[in-house]
Amino acid sequence: MSVEILARVQFAFTIAFHYIYPPLSIGLGVVLVIMEGMFLKTRNPMYEQLTRFWIRIFALIFGIGVATGIVMEFEFGTNWATYSRYVGDIFGSALAAEGIFAFALESGFLGILLFGWHRVSPRVHFFATVMVALGSMFSAVWIVVANSWQQTPAGFHIVGSGLTARAEVTDFWAMVFNPSSVDRLSHAIIGSFLAGSFLVLSVSAWYLLKGRFVESSKAAFKIALAVATVSGLGQLFTGHHSANGVAVNQPAKLAAFEGHYAAAAPADMYLLGWVDTKTHKVSGLSIPGGLSFLLHQDFKAPVRGLNSFRPEDRPPVNFVFQTYHVMVAIGLALIGLTLLASWLLWRGRLWQSRWLLSVFVAAVLLPQLGNQVGWYSAEVGRQPWVVYGLLRTSHALSKAVTAGQVWFSLILFTLVYALLFALFLYLLNKKIQHGPGDEAPNTDDADGHLSPASKRNNPVISHEAPAASAAALSHVSDL
Amino acid sequence: MTTFLGLDLAVWWFLVVGAVFTGYAVLDGFDLGAGAIHMFFKREESRRVALNAIGPVWDGNEVWLVIGGGTLFAGFPVVYGTVFSAFYVPFMLFLVALIFRAISIEFRSKEKMGWWHKMWDWSYSVASIVVALSLGVVLGNIIQGLPIGADREFHGNWLSFLNPYALLVGLTTVALFAQHGAVYLLLKTENRIFTRLTLIVRQTLRVFTGLYLLLSVATLWYVPHMLRVFLAQPWLFAVPLLTLGLVLSIGRLVRRRRYFPAFLCSGSIAAMLLLTVAAGLFPVLVRSTLNPAWSLTIYNAASSHKSLGIMLTIAAIGIPLVATYTGFVFWVFRGKVRLDDASY
Repeated sequence: MSVEILARVQFAFTIAFHYIYPPLSIGLGVVLVIMEGMFLKTRNPMYEQLTRFWIRIFALIFGIGVATGIVMEFEFGTNWATYSRYVGDIFGSALAAEGIFAFALESGFLGILLFGWHRVSPRVHFFATVMVALGSMFSAVWIVVANSWQQTPAGFHIVGSGLTARAEVTDFWAMVFNPSSVDRLSHAIIGSFLAGSFLVLSVSAWYLLKGRFVESSKAAFKIALAVATVSGLGQLFTGHHSANGVAVNQPAKLAAFEGHYAAAAPADMYLLGWVDTKTHKVSGLSIPGGLSFLLHQDFKAPVRGLNSFRPEDRPPVNFVFQTYHVMVAIGLALIGLTLLASWLLWRGRLWQSRWLLSVFVAAVLLPQLGNQVGWYSAEVGRQPWVVYGLLRTSHALSKAVTAGQVWFSLILFTLVYALLFALFLYLLNKKIQHGPGDEAPNTDDADGHLSPASKRNNPVISHEAPAASAAALSHVSDL
Repeated sequence: MTTFLGLDLAVWWFLVVGAVFTGYAVLDGFDLGAGAIHMFFKREESRRVALNAIGPVWDGNEVWLVIGGGTLFAGFPVVYGTVFSAFYVPFMLFLVALIFRAISIEFRSKEKMGWWHKMWDWSYSVASIVVALSLGVVLGNIIQGLPIGADREFHGNWLSFLNPYALLVGLTTVALFAQHGAVYLLLKTENRIFTRLTLIVRQTLRVFTGLYLLLSVATLWYVPHMLRVFLAQPWLFAVPLLTLGLVLSIGRLVRRRRYFPAFLCSGSIAAMLLLTVAAGLFPVLVRSTLNPAWSLTIYNAASSHKSLGIMLTIAAIGIPLVATYTGFVFWVFRGKVRLDDASY
């Protein structure tokens, strides 16, 4: 395999793995702020217990996100030295700003979040939670801004030619607010809210099905459901805006989304399908003129197709088509699920709908998959360019790096990440099995028994234990 | 040329990048050093105390590396691209070691089995040493210069990073961090581990002093161009002399039980050593061993003035903020480590 393919595979693998974690952190950050905010407002220890539990899970996710994220920052230089020299003026600024403004905020306050319970007041702790949540979002801001600049470069000019050619900033704010920044940022952030809130939904639904931590799981489910429902609906808008932007700024990508080849004809919108890249035909289920309607509110409006691009300027069509459609399908499924659950909650029937809770347990995978394939279609749809219209991916490589070296790092990271992922799942599962503290269910719960473990391990409630046992005894005597 | 307070922007960026990497060496240096000496603690409780001494701060300290990478990318993208691709293999090992350091700290406390603790203790300690060693080796190569062509690409053998001088810099870095970490742990611990540390501090200091003197001689031998810079401006010798003074005073401060000043001293040594390198290189960032005209300097490797100006504003706003919350977190977790239910 050529160095180019290897370097792309290596980069894609390491970033796809990394991208499991930051969206979870961002989404969990919002849920944590709400949970701890509820604790401060109500002083109900249930919320404190929930917050502590989810902070422990947050720490696990954040830790792996940091460890795999530093890799990304170095790989621009190791794998893509030519690219780094070409865009350093612009991309480097965004990365540096991310480190200074976002990452430092996040990591600095994380220590207080995790270890500060006995060291600072609840208000200062809440402040730290807010800072960590904000920091994780600021990270996304700068990273997505930098990535959007690659999609729709703005606020720069090209200086020099040949070996020393590079993009230089002419207008910082035009660079930051390049044509796709806002759409793509809001789309990515809301995708992250979905990832985090569905993790909480899944775990809470599982506890409810098992009859464990019933009250606190209902509370957590409601908080996460609110976040997920609003986010799902929000994704309709940001998705639509993003697609409109792609149509204007990256028409080849948009054409690949729907496998639309004809240079200027109305474009269909597929629900699912398969693109035959030889015959330029798409077989599948479509709304004729649907894409034209979405973009121009007219089923007959022409849309620029792939045939108006030279073959060497087209992205891999079928891959982009499939990933795009999986993303859309998942987005719609998430909206359906959250609306249904919200309606049942309103009607007071949610907690009895065990089948729906079971669906939510598994649904944690959907936003993960959606975030992944969404990025694949965005990044592969940009090909063959690394900076759209300016620098080809094949020219962006490190010239000093050999195929053997990239093989080495690819194998190394595959092994390390496989281990990391296995440990992550094992520890996540362990934390979830353990649950939010060894809390005793309220005595007025359906089964008011108190396990011996909960008395032993939780000094906070131990003084209530006699009362609880008495209640349990009275149940026994009733029998 | 655009200037700010009398210095042109490229010089400012040299100072910013240098300051951030120095911040990283001083801060993460003690975490890595604590990791390097971790296996000298034999009891489970001592190891837990040692881990919890860095627990709340190591993540924030590592951020300085992220900022360092970012400022280097933003300020001197040519150096960032050329150096990182030249050291492809050592950087990959460095990154994997950073990952293992992070997950060892995070995962160790999650199971009760003795073999589990032992496994992560080893992985934590080895990873910390590998991180320090690889940073030192890369620095040692930068000090000597790299075979950089007119095309600004590295034209050497990928294994050439393993040379005696670079390895010596690597070992010195490990020893420096180990001694810095030992002094930090003295500040944070009490009882048995503390007693053990008073011995470890003396040993690591002895090893570091020996390596430092050896390195000074080796530098005269292997890096004559640096000596020429110092001979041309003899007042620069004040920096290595001051370093020597700091090295000597650590032992005295520790004997007098003045651990915080000793910690400041060991941090300053890391800063002084980097200052020595910076003074010897300036204004060159990476010297070309093929032709001095092909060296990457702060002028031919820098971003545009527009970009440097914008970034200087960002750094001027951001770095004081970072220093503030770093300081706040250190203040919250001041004093001796107490294990509680939130500890590792």
